[in-house]
Amino acid sequence: MSDVQKEMKSNDSNHMASLLDEMNTSNKNLQNIGVELLTVHTEGTVHAKRISGKFRNVKWIVMALWSIFFLSPYLRWDGNQAILFDLADRQFHIFWVTILPQDIWMLAMILLFFALLLAATTAVAGRLWCGYACFHTVWMDAFTWIEEKFEGQPNKRIALDNEPVSFKKIRTKFPKWVAWAAIGFLTGFSFVAYFDPAFDLWYRLFKFEWTFTETSIILGLGAATVFFAGFLREQVCIGFCPYARIQGAMIDTETVVPTYDVDRGEPRGRMRRAKPGEEAPQLGDCIDCNLCVAVCPTGVDIRKGQQFGCITCGLCIDACDSVMEKIKKPIGLIRYASLAEFAGKPFVPLFKRPRVLVYTGIMTFAAAMLVWGLLTMSPIDIKVLHERAPLFVQMSDGTIQNKYYAKVVNKTDKPMNAKITVTGPKSLMYIVDKELHVIPGEVGTAEILVRIPTQDLKEINTPIEIHVQDMDKPAIKADYDSMFIGPRPR
Amino acid sequence: MAHHNPWPDEGNTGHIWDEDLRELDNPPPLWWMLSFYAGFVMIIFYALYYPTIPLEHSHTKGLAGWTQVGEYHEDYKVLKDWRKKKFADQEEKLAALSVDQILKDKDLTTYAVKTSKMLFGDYCAACHGAGGQGNPDFPVLADDDWLWGGKPAQIQATITNGRIGNMPARGMMGNLTDEDINHVADYVIALSNGKGNDPSVAAGKAVYTKGMCFACHGPAGKPLAPAGAANLTDHIWRFAGDKDDVIRTIKYGVNVKKNGELIAHTRNAVMPAFKERLPNPEVNIKRLAVYVYSLGGGQ
Repeated sequence: MSDVQKEMKSNDSNHMASLLDEMNTSNKNLQNIGVELLTVHTEGTVHAKRISGKFRNVKWIVMALWSIFFLSPYLRWDGNQAILFDLADRQFHIFWVTILPQDIWMLAMILLFFALLLAATTAVAGRLWCGYACFHTVWMDAFTWIEEKFEGQPNKRIALDNEPVSFKKIRTKFPKWVAWAAIGFLTGFSFVAYFDPAFDLWYRLFKFEWTFTETSIILGLGAATVFFAGFLREQVCIGFCPYARIQGAMIDTETVVPTYDVDRGEPRGRMRRAKPGEEAPQLGDCIDCNLCVAVCPTGVDIRKGQQFGCITCGLCIDACDSVMEKIKKPIGLIRYASLAEFAGKPFVPLFKRPRVLVYTGIMTFAAAMLVWGLLTMSPIDIKVLHERAPLFVQMSDGTIQNKYYAKVVNKTDKPMNAKITVTGPKSLMYIVDKELHVIPGEVGTAEILVRIPTQDLKEINTPIEIHVQDMDKPAIKADYDSMFIGPRPR
Repeated sequence: MAHHNPWPDEGNTGHIWDEDLRELDNPPPLWWMLSFYAGFVMIIFYALYYPTIPLEHSHTKGLAGWTQVGEYHEDYKVLKDWRKKKFADQEEKLAALSVDQILKDKDLTTYAVKTSKMLFGDYCAACHGAGGQGNPDFPVLADDDWLWGGKPAQIQATITNGRIGNMPARGMMGNLTDEDINHVADYVIALSNGKGNDPSVAAGKAVYTKGMCFACHGPAGKPLAPAGAANLTDHIWRFAGDKDDVIRTIKYGVNVKKNGELIAHTRNAVMPAFKERLPNPEVNIKRLAVYVYSLGGGQ
């Protein structure tokens, strides 16, 4: 673009002046327009140092919760597996609740609740999910713990990685791979054990009787676990994970995240005694020991500020605090803090933040719907379909006949004898072709013929109600509102 | 696009935008080229193996002799054989039992109804409408009015041999004047509304006797036995029930012929015989009889 053109353009658009007007945009790379590029770790796998501390302990506790995933398929309830998603019979068993496809909308509520829980926690304290609870970071942590047991500290592992391929290298790494594979297998197995009864699955494993689907899901998921948690590691958080990217967009200036206190830490530099006659340099509290970078599982430098590689796991806080204690300075050079705090703004209470309110509002709605759904889940369900061809028939005695198909679902665990009755205008007559005998979890269909004299039909549509009742247990009943359709009244 | 090229040696194509954004002329990767060549080999194989090249009146047949419709027929045969095997019991019962006996077996009735829907759609629905809802001038099958009887055996007979409606023009003897017809139309409409004895239609009642309508429609407008004559006392009209329509039916009759040709305006009411039209008629006629019976008005 020539200078003349540029002149014209800026004249044209001077009513919407922007940052770009005052800049040379001829070379439009990000640095020139004022975007600071943060480094992403690109030099091979991150080998993070493990260090003990407060946030490390939190991480262990949350990790321990994941053992529920491995153990709960073995829980029993009433002689059956307590949590079993029986896809073949379309029944979800969760302790004392059995959910049939008709109630699957509750699954949507569960998903809504957890999606909003993710959003709400992120708005309050950043990527809590990523840092402490995510299956990927948890499995990755377990895998690197195993790696350290077999291959030693990070410097040894980096040296080993750089060695050329040799028999010795493979032999050193082999035990780790076996342990990883075992965890991967158990992960895949436990997942499938929620869909196929767990004990039976073990039993059939030793008889080599797994179906193709079971085998491929377990082995595929196991291989994926090893590949992602063992080999891809932090690249998943940095490059793949869509959650990571949305979560980064959900934090604001009030959100507390692990942050380096720049005012206190800078200028950073090594501590050294001033030589006689020399003035001691005025340094901040950061001694530039790089421990915060060494412990980071995604290899970011938190001192450059919050960035998308940061999973807010708090391990750098542990590292920095341990150093501050050693050099007798107050801890908290890196700490959970919000941008507003550094700007000297007062802390806004949670209940005054619109984001938090909206998110928890939707969460409450989802939870309330779920509770309502579970409490009102009827043991019997009826759906009535109106015959469309024809919508109505003129009978010889002057009545109008409509035909319906009633589908009755038995959600109890006992067979039921369902009787169908119809109410509506006084002169309504009906014939049901049979009393339905419905076995648990199944659907029975009955045909209903309803007749109403023409003179009693004031509108095209006349509301009628269809009732179903279990003759063995009269307390079990359900209603369905339907329409009786007639000719246009003259 | 810039005309001078500040990077002449890096192998760019000379296409440069925004001063430094340029297109390089790198060769495609080896794996890409290999799959490209493999694609060529595949095309040659494909052209030889499958029907490929159109000729003037035909096309090359290919080494495999494969055709799409052939594959469809093979697959369809698999499905047909599976059905034959799976439902052999039910089909055997349908062949062996009478329509009455089939209707006593609930499961067999359900089977017959479900397997009839397509047949009904193909052979019956053109006139009688989907679900037997009827069409103008074609009878509704879902109601409880039967010209030729609504018992299962009667329905079966109707489908097997067909029916031809028959009503003379201008009364049994053809002796009704236009005025007579006007009166009798009023009477017939009153009959349908249950007012046949109303003094206002007494003239029509006399014409009913004069035209000998009772011979088929019965002395009180109700046929003594189902033989194709409409029941005039109910709310259902074989043809439309407006006065003009009723007059037309009486004036020109049903299927009235002169010199072998249908006369103008006469009502046409013919149901063809299906014993030659349906595939596998012995079983399918019974199946359709069960279906029609179950539509909502069987007797």
